[in-house]
Amino acid sequence: MLDKLELPERHYLNNGHGLKSWLLTKDHKRIAIMYLISISAMFMLGGFFAAGVRLELMTPRGDLFLADTYNKFFTMHGIVMVFFFLIPSTPAVLGNFLLPLMIGAKDLAFPRLNLLSLYLFWIGIVFFFYALFSGGIDTGWTFYTPFSAAVSNTNVVPVALGVFIAGFSSILTGLNFIVTIHRMRAPGLTWFRLPLFVWAHYATSLIQVLGTPVIAITIVMLFTERAFGFGIFDPTRGGDPVLFQHLFWFYSHPAVYLMILPAMGVISEVLSTFSRKTIFGYSFVAFSSLAIAVFGFIVWAHHLFVAGISTYSAMVFSFLSFSVAIPSAVKMFNWTATLYKGTISFEAPMLYVYGFFGLFLVGGLTGLFLATLGIDVHVHDTYFVVAHFHYVMVGGAIMGYLGGLHFWWPKITGRMYSEFLSRISAIMVFVGFNLTFFPQFILGYMGMPRRYHAYPDEFQVLNVMSSGGSVVLGIGYLLPVIYFLWSLKHGAVAGPNPWVASGLEWQTASPPPTENFVETPHVHGEPYEYTPHVAREANLV
Amino acid sequence: MSDAVAPAEVHGQAVHHPKLQHHFETMEQQKEASTLGMWVFLLTEVLFFGGLFMAYLLYRVWYFDAFAEASRDLDIQLGTFNTVVLIGSSLTMALGVRAAQTDERKKTVFWLVATIILGLVFLVVKGFEYEHKFAVGHVPGPNFHSDSPYAAQEQIFFSLYFTMTGLHALHMVVGVGLMSVITWMAAKGRFSARYYTPVEMAGLYWHFVDLVWIYLFPLLYLVERHN
Ligand SMILES: [Cu+2]
Repeated sequence: MLDKLELPERHYLNNGHGLKSWLLTKDHKRIAIMYLISISAMFMLGGFFAAGVRLELMTPRGDLFLADTYNKFFTMHGIVMVFFFLIPSTPAVLGNFLLPLMIGAKDLAFPRLNLLSLYLFWIGIVFFFYALFSGGIDTGWTFYTPFSAAVSNTNVVPVALGVFIAGFSSILTGLNFIVTIHRMRAPGLTWFRLPLFVWAHYATSLIQVLGTPVIAITIVMLFTERAFGFGIFDPTRGGDPVLFQHLFWFYSHPAVYLMILPAMGVISEVLSTFSRKTIFGYSFVAFSSLAIAVFGFIVWAHHLFVAGISTYSAMVFSFLSFSVAIPSAVKMFNWTATLYKGTISFEAPMLYVYGFFGLFLVGGLTGLFLATLGIDVHVHDTYFVVAHFHYVMVGGAIMGYLGGLHFWWPKITGRMYSEFLSRISAIMVFVGFNLTFFPQFILGYMGMPRRYHAYPDEFQVLNVMSSGGSVVLGIGYLLPVIYFLWSLKHGAVAGPNPWVASGLEWQTASPPPTENFVETPHVHGEPYEYTPHVAREANLV
Repeated sequence: MSDAVAPAEVHGQAVHHPKLQHHFETMEQQKEASTLGMWVFLLTEVLFFGGLFMAYLLYRVWYFDAFAEASRDLDIQLGTFNTVVLIGSSLTMALGVRAAQTDERKKTVFWLVATIILGLVFLVVKGFEYEHKFAVGHVPGPNFHSDSPYAAQEQIFFSLYFTMTGLHALHMVVGVGLMSVITWMAAKGRFSARYYTPVEMAGLYWHFVDLVWIYLFPLLYLVERHN
């Protein structure tokens, strides 16, 4: 890289100025940027609630918050992080920005619908803030009835409406992606030439389109009970609260895959680039994404093992839950095989990939513990479960998201961030994460229940470790904000392809022009055409 | 892995139609995208209503007697009338799409207006049915009134009745609004044999909403009417 690089004269960021040019844009790249800003703000809000929870749990007594306040803190932490950060994170930001670029299209199939999705997301956030400022909500992010329908006197209705509306943002994004992948591919880009990121987003979109409507209607039913006094889940009239749990988890279990699948797509892209090898077992990795999406829909009742379902159905759902491990393991093994004899390097995005491997492995394997009936009865509703899903949703999904953000940041902004700081932050996230959540496995196994603001004295050491770790984790998450913002003005110019990566998105300028490609690309070959000696010649390793 | 072809070559064959959006290459691609998008949307609608059908199925099996009892309180004549009205509106809708395909502007507008009128008739009749339920105290909640021994579980039936038909009626309202816009566009001559996708898509939506009612009618009105 000896030539002096310069930013392109004309690109999507300087094509139009002022607020109006952003709010009325149909450019998928600008919409992705607005999602990025929105969900980053929501991530910080969710982090604030998490900090409150960890602060309270420093001491065994409930001496910081009242029990009611604590209930609101963990509830709003969960709702913000799940519905307003994790679910949109990778698809709405990276997927939105990259899908058209990766398939050589000028935009998504329905650009106006894409903008509408963003507005729906914002309206959902407005409802949430309304609830927040009128006192919050304390039902837990799961909204279980009858507590949410008849007992809680907090703002269930506005939050439920916010989640409902944000859900339609998710549905429409998924719909847009499906149609785009089917109908907008560049000439020559057959299905098996697609980057695995695109496959992963296709599987994600299936979940968004098939699962989200079910939680939407569940919220409608909850709403009719709360607002009009209907009784679909009301046990005093013969309604069944467990039905609510079935319907809720029919979406919310697949929702976990909705978070992890796009992150897995990121992993495939980054991994092949920084090991300079094609992905081992491409078609297995591609189909395992679809398999995860399909299997994900038939395991939901593992959340109900102690809710009174029959032993027979519990056994069936236990078995089915085990089966999801197969496509996940297919991915892990193929990724590991990709590293074998690769020309491996350690740039920040790749550090996040290594972090993902470690954390997703622990999160996935402890999922098998929980799918086992006997163990689940023991650890149900304890910190073991909390640790498990944080390993998957934070350790897995956020590591993938951050890795992807680092990987494509030069494409998005045209500039490089500080390599040194970004490596420090990746390491801090990994260390801080484990320090925060590993003690929670032990706490849960010892029997500490979730969702209480006080606990017996003997749990304090591990809880203090966890709270201390969360500080490290928090700094690890804040650092990128600083060096990313710094890079916007002062970062070195990246050039079209700083990582010498093979995808179509790297063939156009950074930042790309509004129409993405000056000339429509034609695709002739397989994805991930890497040869280690090319890497060496490019002085990358 | 790729090279580039000058845009002129790509566009060479395509005839540029004023309705072709810039990010599509051809009218065919644009139409295929809209059609697939509409079908995927209808799929989400199936799952949206699916949650309610699931709840209906469960409670109908559990509380069959209460469901039969409550179902007899629905007005079967109005329900049948509305079913006929909606099936008729599907016919007029299909004729409207056909007229748009064959470029007959006046006919298109006529059949679309007929569809709107039938849709409104349905909604008005539904409104009278609701009003009657309010009058006799069949709205679940604190004011619910029933003398049958299954009064509690009848409330579940009526909760489902109002949620399902209410959501369906909401879809009808959206449909009537949509149809009004399409009719206005048709009257302005926005469609042609080469470009009538919006009429066709609105038609798909309309047929779907009709189809939901075709299921709702027997499930709610005809639980045990044979004796
Ligand atoms: Cu689950």
